[in-house]
Amino acid sequence: MNSASAPSKLYSNDVSLLVVLLDANPFFWASSAAASGDSASQHHPTAVLSFSKLLNHVIPFLSSLLLLNQFNQVVLITTGVNSCSYIYDSEEGGAESATGKVPAACSKILLRLEEFLTKDRLLGKDPDKAVASSVSSLLSGSLSLALCCILNSSTKCFFFHSYAGMVDLLALDFGVDIQRIFRSGTRHPQPRGSPDGPEQYVAVMNAIFTAQRSMIPIDSCVMGVQHSAFLQQASYITGGVYLKPQHLDGLFQYLSSVFATDLQSRSFLQLPRPAGVDFRAS
Amino acid sequence: MSSSAAVQRRFDLAAMGDAATRRQRRVGNEDDDDDDEEEDDQGSEAWGRAYADERSWEDLQEDESGLLRPIDTKALAYAQYRRRLLQKCAASATSSIQKGLIRYLYLIIDLSRAASVTDYRPSRMVAVAKCAEIFIREFFDQNPLSHMGIVTIKDGVAHQLTEIGGSPESQIRALMGKLECSGDASLQNALELVHGYLSHIPSYGHREVLFLYSALNTCDPGDIMETIQKCKKAKIRCSLIGLSAEFFICKHLCEETGGSYTVALDESHFKELFLEHAPPLPAIAEYATANLIKMGFPQRGAEGVIAICSCHKDVKIGGGYTCPRCKARVCELPSECRICGLTLVSSPHLARSYHHLFPVTPFNEVSSAVPFKVSQKFAQTCYSCQQSFVSHGSKSTPHVSCPKCNQAFCLDCDIYIHESLHNCPGCESRPGSTT
Repeated sequence: MNSASAPSKLYSNDVSLLVVLLDANPFFWASSAAASGDSASQHHPTAVLSFSKLLNHVIPFLSSLLLLNQFNQVVLITTGVNSCSYIYDSEEGGAESATGKVPAACSKILLRLEEFLTKDRLLGKDPDKAVASSVSSLLSGSLSLALCCILNSSTKCFFFHSYAGMVDLLALDFGVDIQRIFRSGTRHPQPRGSPDGPEQYVAVMNAIFTAQRSMIPIDSCVMGVQHSAFLQQASYITGGVYLKPQHLDGLFQYLSSVFATDLQSRSFLQLPRPAGVDFRAS
Repeated sequence: MSSSAAVQRRFDLAAMGDAATRRQRRVGNEDDDDDDEEEDDQGSEAWGRAYADERSWEDLQEDESGLLRPIDTKALAYAQYRRRLLQKCAASATSSIQKGLIRYLYLIIDLSRAASVTDYRPSRMVAVAKCAEIFIREFFDQNPLSHMGIVTIKDGVAHQLTEIGGSPESQIRALMGKLECSGDASLQNALELVHGYLSHIPSYGHREVLFLYSALNTCDPGDIMETIQKCKKAKIRCSLIGLSAEFFICKHLCEETGGSYTVALDESHFKELFLEHAPPLPAIAEYATANLIKMGFPQRGAEGVIAICSCHKDVKIGGGYTCPRCKARVCELPSECRICGLTLVSSPHLARSYHHLFPVTPFNEVSSAVPFKVSQKFAQTCYSCQQSFVSHGSKSTPHVSCPKCNQAFCLDCDIYIHESLHNCPGCESRPGSTT
């Protein structure tokens, strides 16, 4: 069953709701930071990125999305190893965010990310839990959170527009939803099918099928060393874009040219397509 | 008048089965008379047209003191959902129920004279066909490994409309192509036909038949009791949805073969009953044999590869799947290889059925009236959608919580999680939570 069999939606405007899932797996980012600082590393210098540099690319990307259309909405959810949490929602604060105070949004994101990471670490230090906690991030948890968030937002937005007396076409077509995932792979000494945790397979597939039914495309940007089978399947089944950038220094350009496209424009844009999809479960 | 007969019949049905207690029926004459008047007015007055489709009086309800208040559809939908969920869980809580995931279902549609009656708008046949389209898509969505065929009954004879197959589009196209009704309906002929087809399928498949019966009688050439015994021996499970009234032979058939018999009260009820047959039913112990089934997981061909496909017998360029056993090319999945007979699926198809095997536990309702312990923090927002529970009067809106991870969720998310998503976000956001 491929994505071509799903009925395609006709979009009449380019308003979009974007949910970004950012992977904050400390095991990966620590090794990545070490590698990027190591001048004798055998990896190409542009093949690794540290978390702070990543945020330098991601936060301008979020702001640029808000600039594209005044009705665009951005939600940032982060995935840790022990928990997942909402970090930023551009609709929060009402009138305040409408003026688009970028420095305020930026500092809010950084503050909450920091809080999340300390909480995540504390949860991992719990003596009840196993010492060697799982190295893979909780992708299924953040996917589920994102889908519930989209469900809730789409009902809220409908009411807003009909109350403000806008043309009802806009309200009905506001179901233009995009979901993006930034995924970092963990590096393992033995080569494995993918860096994703196999115990999450059922939950991730459930989330993917729900997204396919609601016609929410899942785009993936993989920054790890290996390809991610889960995300390849997710993008293939839901009709999204899967990309593994080769030059991570220019990540912002990849993000703004490929992932910032709204769903209406995708029908006439030529976006990167994967060579093959790995359907394995591990 | 046919309209008054239709109304009378509905009152009879309301007095009859226990299904009536599930519905809040508005007593009083239904739309037939009002519809005629409105249709006349519709062309003339512009102000009338604005209200023609809206029946705002139906949204009102009397409460205990006789005052009018609007029907709280949200609470109603939620109560219905809770009932459905608890029913499902009560059945499976006592023992681990095996479900039949590989189903071979025959949908038998009655196209006799009784199907042209207009008590369902525009006629029973058209209403049934519309619901059937939705059902077919839902069926293949929830049971990707299953097959379905359609049989019609017309003029007392049963015809096979489509062969048992795995592609929803061809079934729907065939169904919508020929919709005309005449003659009598015959249960026995349909059962004999289906019995012949279903005896050829392998033993690991579950054989099911679903009748959509509008007629009030059946004209059979022989003894229908014998046919029913034959079907029972062949392990075919027959269910029936009646559109007119309940009658004995249908009830007997369903009881003997282990299926379910329901009678629809109106269009939305019919749709509800129909869609209840889409998820897999619990398997009957004697019918289910545990077998190892051989399946192939083909690789997708590269773009630009030229091959002759075995389903269309035509040269195709690029795409397609190669059977791992005999290397024949097939165009779509899931299907059966025509050369060696191997069932070909891809792993997402299997994954679609997992949520039937690992359902989410029902959430517990959290009542705001119950006094909570001092140490227990009262949840302020829904964990998954961040919607606030505390509204203006500082009275907390009703919400639910997951027994495993103790996170709070709002009612909308509860319905979404149990009916569509099948993942609890709280449980998934914890490490080491395996299904």
